[in-house]
Parts: sequence; structure tokens; C-alpha cells
Amino acid sequence: MSKMHVKLTVNGKQVEGLAEPRTLLIHFLREDLKITGPHIGCETSHCGACTVDIDGKSVKSCTTFVAQVNGADVTTVEGLTNEDGSLGVIQEMFREHHGLQCGFCTPGMITRAHRLLQENPNPTEEDIRFGMAGNLCRCTGYQNIVKAISASADMLNAQKEAAE
Amino acid sequence: MNDQTMTPEERAANLKGMGSSRKRVEDVRFTQGKGNYVDDIKLDGMLFGDFVRSPYAHARVVSVNKEAALALPGVIAVLTAEDLSPLGLHWMPTLAGDKQMVLADGKVLFQGQEVAYVVAEDRYIAADAVELVEVEYEELPVLTDPFEALKSDVVLREDLEGQTEGAHGPRKHHNHIFTWEQGDKDATEAVLAEADVVAEEMVYYHRTHPCPLETCGCVASMDKVTGKLTLYGTFQAPHAIRTVVSLISGVAEHNIRVISPDIGGGFGNKVGAYAGYVCSVVASIVTGKPVKWVEDRMENLMSTAFARDYWMQGKIAATKDGKITGLWCHTTADHGGFDACADPTKFPAGFMNICTGSYDIPTAYLAVDGVYTNKAPGGVAYRCSFRVTEAAYFIERMIEVLAIKLNMDAAELRRINFIKADQFPYQSALGWEYDSGDYHTAWDKALKAVDYDGLRAEQAQRIEEFKAGKTRKLLGIGLTHFTEIVGAGPVKNCDILGLGMFDSCEIRIHPTGSAIARLGTISQGQGHATTFAQIIASEIGLPADDITLEEGDTDTAPYGLGTYGSRSTPVAGAATAMAARKIRAKAQMIAAYLLEVHDDDVEWDVDRFAVKGAPERFKTMKEIAFAAYNQAIPGLEPGLEAVSYYDPPNMTYPFGAYICVMEIDVDTGEWEVRQFYALDDCGTRINPMIIEGQVHGGVTEALAIAMGQEIAYDEMGNVKTGTLMDFFLPTAWETPNYTTDHTVTPSPHHPIGAKGVGESPNVGGVPAFSNAVHDAFRPFGLVQSHMPHDHWRIWKIANGLGLHG
Repeated sequence: MSKMHVKLTVNGKQVEGLAEPRTLLIHFLREDLKITGPHIGCETSHCGACTVDIDGKSVKSCTTFVAQVNGADVTTVEGLTNEDGSLGVIQEMFREHHGLQCGFCTPGMITRAHRLLQENPNPTEEDIRFGMAGNLCRCTGYQNIVKAISASADMLNAQKEAAE
Repeated sequence: MNDQTMTPEERAANLKGMGSSRKRVEDVRFTQGKGNYVDDIKLDGMLFGDFVRSPYAHARVVSVNKEAALALPGVIAVLTAEDLSPLGLHWMPTLAGDKQMVLADGKVLFQGQEVAYVVAEDRYIAADAVELVEVEYEELPVLTDPFEALKSDVVLREDLEGQTEGAHGPRKHHNHIFTWEQGDKDATEAVLAEADVVAEEMVYYHRTHPCPLETCGCVASMDKVTGKLTLYGTFQAPHAIRTVVSLISGVAEHNIRVISPDIGGGFGNKVGAYAGYVCSVVASIVTGKPVKWVEDRMENLMSTAFARDYWMQGKIAATKDGKITGLWCHTTADHGGFDACADPTKFPAGFMNICTGSYDIPTAYLAVDGVYTNKAPGGVAYRCSFRVTEAAYFIERMIEVLAIKLNMDAAELRRINFIKADQFPYQSALGWEYDSGDYHTAWDKALKAVDYDGLRAEQAQRIEEFKAGKTRKLLGIGLTHFTEIVGAGPVKNCDILGLGMFDSCEIRIHPTGSAIARLGTISQGQGHATTFAQIIASEIGLPADDITLEEGDTDTAPYGLGTYGSRSTPVAGAATAMAARKIRAKAQMIAAYLLEVHDDDVEWDVDRFAVKGAPERFKTMKEIAFAAYNQAIPGLEPGLEAVSYYDPPNMTYPFGAYICVMEIDVDTGEWEVRQFYALDDCGTRINPMIIEGQVHGGVTEALAIAMGQEIAYDEMGNVKTGTLMDFFLPTAWETPNYTTDHTVTPSPHHPIGAKGVGESPNVGGVPAFSNAVHDAFRPFGLVQSHMPHDHWRIWKIANGLGLHG
């Protein structure tokens, strides 16, 4: 099948490559760019393990063609680590509050939580549960994920306040 | 170095040993997306495998035409049973003593069965080629009901025709697999005949699926130069897989290296050996290139490892005061097209004979009949220890049914029948020796925590309001007291394919006082790298942070039977403690030498050996470690390491009391969990944070199973729940918060008293949710209704009871 040229920004870096029109974004990220944080769990948009951030929106990359996001700004969980290599706030809070077990859903969870907290910096528990409902976890029962996101909100707000 | 300023308590806290809610070491990788799961593995020249699967549940395969597929550029091979047959690999042995087709050999027995295996240069081409393989089928009559199957003239397994003896005794019918009997049939029937009260009910535990978020997969890589086969995969039992691959493929076991990388959840799904593994190995041997196979979600739900599907007919006898005198159970077990259940060899129905539960039942009888149908094979323990979930659900429903018959409160009925604390070790009527327990204490604590009497008063008031037309919501109080049997198991009666179910740990202390430990188990999210280091830290006094833990590589880890059935802590955890104690024993001799006293004159003190009566004279484990590598000590070999293979003397018996309070809308069938209280007693607690996490996750799986999750078939054998659209996995939105609690009754035979906890919440959770639904409708005459209790089925209950006016 003939290939097309795609160019996008992934985690702040310009990348380009050749892809078939039918190539899914998740495969382009994982196979071509070797960004293996986003995972494939269902192929039907239900589980959210493949969640990435595209131009400020949470998107399931297992049902998005890379051709659709030509020129876009994509962030994956790898892009949420601090520049010095230390864990970002949400990553650290997931660890602190035992918000993960097998780790397979975690990249999608954290990437979605990152966007949720941009959209709503002061979410209630209900807001978090509703806002995370597109991401499935089979291990944690969500209780500690909710805690981790709530703690992330507090910490991010405190950091923001300190910076102002 | 000889720090004398810290108290023993402070020194112990610094170790982050047992009892510490130590943060997980795994999470630094996982939170950054730096896990290494099987689909993350990318090898040079790697090919991709994909299956052509049967759309029919029962059909003859008339022909397979590969031509169009092979003509597609990038397609390397298309394998069928014909290709595998010269190698003897078109069938493989199952864990249950049956055999199973790797690729369809003349017929298919379930929808989604593997018919041909395509190998191509990338996964897209492989998927294209799957579509181009032309298979001609001739449909056959389909049997999806095990009771029908036992009466039908239709022969499912023609390969077994004329075989009246199966792996587990005589076969009564051509679709019958085995009968397994436990207990005393005559005595039980006599008790039933003479009892004041007998309650009888059919309890069905529907077919479902473990559905870990990561599906099953592997990468097989045959190095033609060295003759060495490396097999990466989602294996819950890597060593057993190595032995099985060697036996099946003929490749010598020393030339096989099996590696389980990070595993994205298992829950039993990744215990078995699947056609994808065999075909990938063959494809790699044939092509000399690495071959990756990863199933998609639909394939996962349709073809690998279902769970449950037990029809349990029960009779329970009691005096009029509610003292249980006997239990009778006949189970019809739907095993699908092949008997591929993952159970210890001598237990074809797993540990279903734990079905007397937490109760002192003097007489009992259990019979299980395994049956072939046109459904997927599997029968794995979905977050459970070999059919314990089915057993717990059965007895916890029968208790409720008996309570209705006796017109008694179900909490009180349980209380008067519990095995008493002074009866342990307790010999059950169906053959188990329960190691320890204190059920009354746990039960009273649970009832008090939820204000049980208050809840019952509220429920009575709600019923009045409902009858008066003031509300359309009912309140259900779901009670469960479960007893698990985990930690398989003693080699004398537990093996899988002849491999004794011991487990192992090897510990090496480095000269500078840090360590590496390797185990025969493999974490799938349980946090072994965190918790097993804590056991070692407490045993030998080196900080857990200085101990690396490795699992899953058969070239480096000692042999073990893997992680499932809550066996890691009971078996490998015991091996870890025993290996650590061997190290400590040698360390004692080194310390005595360094302190110039007799071995018996030093004593252990948290992280050091000190001279008895002179605590200021001591050698820390760190100092001892260095001495082991730089001193010539008379009579001692250099180095400081040990290995332990632990054969447990008995199983462990964790237990718990779970209470669910549920609101049910009579008109819509919608439910809402208002409160869920989970008290677990898993013996000694290694890491409370991880235990709580396990309980949260397990109860959520139980919520799914009880309230909507199923693998459903239509009468043609079509899977109706093949994607996550139809197969219920709860989101954060419908999942409640849980209150966790505990009592601690250590196992008397386990080196550190631990019992295992990962599966308790699934075992106890399902009856708690189901009993809540039943309890809500009990005042209106409901006795028994089958799971899953989705909105439609709950609506039907209400409608059937005439509650819709």
C-alpha cells in the first residue's frame, strides 16, 4: 500500500515518517517512534489504555489514523515526566497513593488525568469519576486513582499559587 | 558504622520490612510509560502471526485454500493442521489431562477456534492475509447447554469416540468428561432424609472471563546458530511453560529460555498454554526469525480462558433451630469443547470441595460432572484458587436460602454455624484441614462496623414506605463470610502436569550489603518486587530499598510454578523467608567469628548479631556481608547466598466478612452500592497499602461479575459479548468506594504466618453483591435468581414478583 508523509510534534519534538493511510496513531507511536507508553487494550475506544493528548484534547489513539493528526501536537505519558527525569506531579501522586498495580492502564490514566486537571483544576470526587470514565482499570478499583488525581489537583494548585 | 544511637524500633522502621506500607518500586517505571510488556518487545526482522478463526461453533472444515493469502506480498506462510501434523503439533495436551487442537483438525468445536495461522512481515499484512484465507465449512448441530449435551446424540469429540475412560475416571456419555466425588454420599443422604428442614436450590455461577487489560501474546525467537529458543510471553507460570514447550516441541529444555516481561494483569487468563504460543514457536523454528503474536480483545474474550460456568444443585439440611447437619451438592460443569481447565491434576473440579465454607458441617457430599459443549475451552481460576469462587458463592447462597426456609436472620444463622476458634486445625467433611481462623470475632466486628441492626431497622422502614407507595427503591443488605483455600500446594497432592507445586527463592547478598533475590513466581501487578523485598528485609536486616527482586526469566530464576491461586505469598513467600533464614544462619557463624565468641553466644537483633548480654558488641548484616567476601573463615565457604525450594505442608485458609448495602430501583432495575465493607484476615500482613489495593481491585472485579459481566452465547454458539461494548468492565463512575478492615490470625504452618489475599475480594465480593440483590427482594418472596444481576434481570425479578403493579 502506498505511504504518505506525516509530520507531527510528539512530546515537544518534531517527528516525521511514512505511514499508510490506514496506519493507526497508536501503531505509529509504538512501532515507528518506539513510544510504547500508550498501550492497546481493546481496539474499540472503550478501555483508554491508548489515550494520548492531541492539541489539548484526550484522544484514543487506537481508533485514530495517524493521517488524521498530521501537523498536530501530541503528548504521551512519556512527555509528562519532568525535564530532569524525575516524575511529574501526577505520576508521583499515582505512586504515592498506590493508584496503579499492573501498570498497563497507567499511561492512559495519567495522560487523561493531565487533561482533566487542565479542564477542571478543582474537581470534586464526582467530577474525577465522571471525567475518568473513559479509562478502564482492572486492578485498582479506581479508589486510589481518584485519590491520586485529587492529590495531584491540590499539589498543582499549590505549585501554581507559589509561582504567582 | 556501629550506630548505637538508634532504638531497635527505629532500626526496624528503616528497613521498611514486613508491616510497612512501603511505596512500590515498580511504579517509577510504570508511571512514565517505561514498562516492558510483551507487545513492547521489538526484535530485528520480527514477523507477525495472526489467526484465521472459525465463525461457527460446530462445523466440519471441508477445505482451506491458502493461495490468495500466500500471493499477498509480505506474507511468509500460512500454517494449518496439515502442516503441523508431521511435527505432531496439530494437537497439544491440556492442563486437565485432555488434548486440544492447536489448529482445526477436520472440525471446529467453538466459535473463534483457531483454523489457520498466518505469518507476515507486519501486523497489517497479516490481518489482510487472514481475510484472504478461504475456508469451507459444513455446519453441524450446536450444543451450548451442558444438560442437553449429556442427552444429545450429537458427538462433539469424535476423536474420543469409544473411549469410556477419561483422565479422571469413567465417562458416562460421549459428551461427558469426568465425575468427581468427595465426601460421604450415603451418610449425607441419610442426614437429608431425617432432617427437620432441607432447603434445595439450583445455584448457577455463569460463564465469564478474567479479561486483563493486556491480552495474551508472545514473541518466539529461535536462534538457528545456537539452537536456543527464547520465548517471551504473558505467562503466569514461566517455568511450567518452558517444560511444556520442551515436551510439546521436542526442543531440549536447556535450549529454551522463557521470559515473562511485565504483565498487564493476569487474573488466571495467562496460566494456560494457547495455540498462539505453539504456532509462534513453530513459525520461528521454520523461518529462523522472531515471530510475535498478540491477540486482540475479541480473540481474548472468545478463545482464551473463560471462567466459572458451574450449575450447582444444592441441598442443605438443618435442625429447626438452624444448626446445619448436612450439605449435598451436584455440579454440572460446562468445560466447552476441550477440557483445558487449569487445576492441579488430582482436582478436576479444583478445590470445589471447600464448599462447606466457614461452617461446621458434619456431613457432606459433592459430585461434579464435567461436560463438553460448543463453547471455548478454559475453566481458569479468575482471581480465585481453583473453583473456590464457585464454592464460596454456592455455600453463601445456600445459607441465605436456608435462612429463608427457617425464617431466620441470615447473620445469626451464619453465627451459630461458624467453625469455632478452638476447633482449628479443623477437619472438614470434604477432606481439608483448615489451618487457623477466628470467624466469630471477624463477624461481630463487621456487623458492628456497619451497624447491622440499624440497617435492618432502616430496611424494615423502607419496606413499609415502599408498600405505602412512598418510594420505589428497595434496600438490600448482602452478607458474606467466606473461607478461601489458597497456596497450592503440598507436592504430595498438588501438581500440574506432574510438576509439584512447590515454589522457590534464591537470594544473593553482595559484598557491600545489598542483595538480589529471584523467585519462581511472576508479578502481574501484585507488587512482588516491593513486598518480597520486605520479607527479606525483616528476616536479614538489610533495607528493602537495597534489595533487587527479579522474576520471570527461566535462565536465571529458580524453578517455581508461578503466580495464580493466591500462591505467591503462601508458597514463594515462604521460600523467601526460608532462604533468608539460611543466610541468617550463616551470618550468625560469621558474626561469631568476627566477635570471637561461640556461635551460640550471639543473638539476632533487627539488623545485626550482638553478643548475648553485651549488646554494644555486634556486627551488622552489612558488615557480615563484607566479611563473607573478604575473610578466610575456618570451616565456612566464602560468599553469602542461599536458595530455598519450599514445599508447603498445608494450604492456607484466608477468610473474611463482607457486607454490601445496595439501593435498587424497582422500576428500572438500576442499582447503586451505598456501602461496601470488607474485612479480610490474610494472616500476617506484609504491606497494608498493597493489601488494601488488592481488596479494592478484587471487589471491583466481583462487582462486575455479580452485576453484569458474562460470556453469553446464543443458541447457535455465537459469542454475544465479544467486545468491551458488551462485556461489562465497571468504570470509575459506577464503582463505589470501599471500606477495608482486618483481623490477623496467622497461619500456624507458614514461616511468617501469611496466608495470601489477592483473590479473597473476588471470592467474597461476588456473594456479597448477589446476596444484596436477593436480600432486597426477600420480603417479596424471592428465593433464588441467577447472576449477573444486570438492570434487565433485576427488572425481571421485580416484574415477576408483581412489583410493577
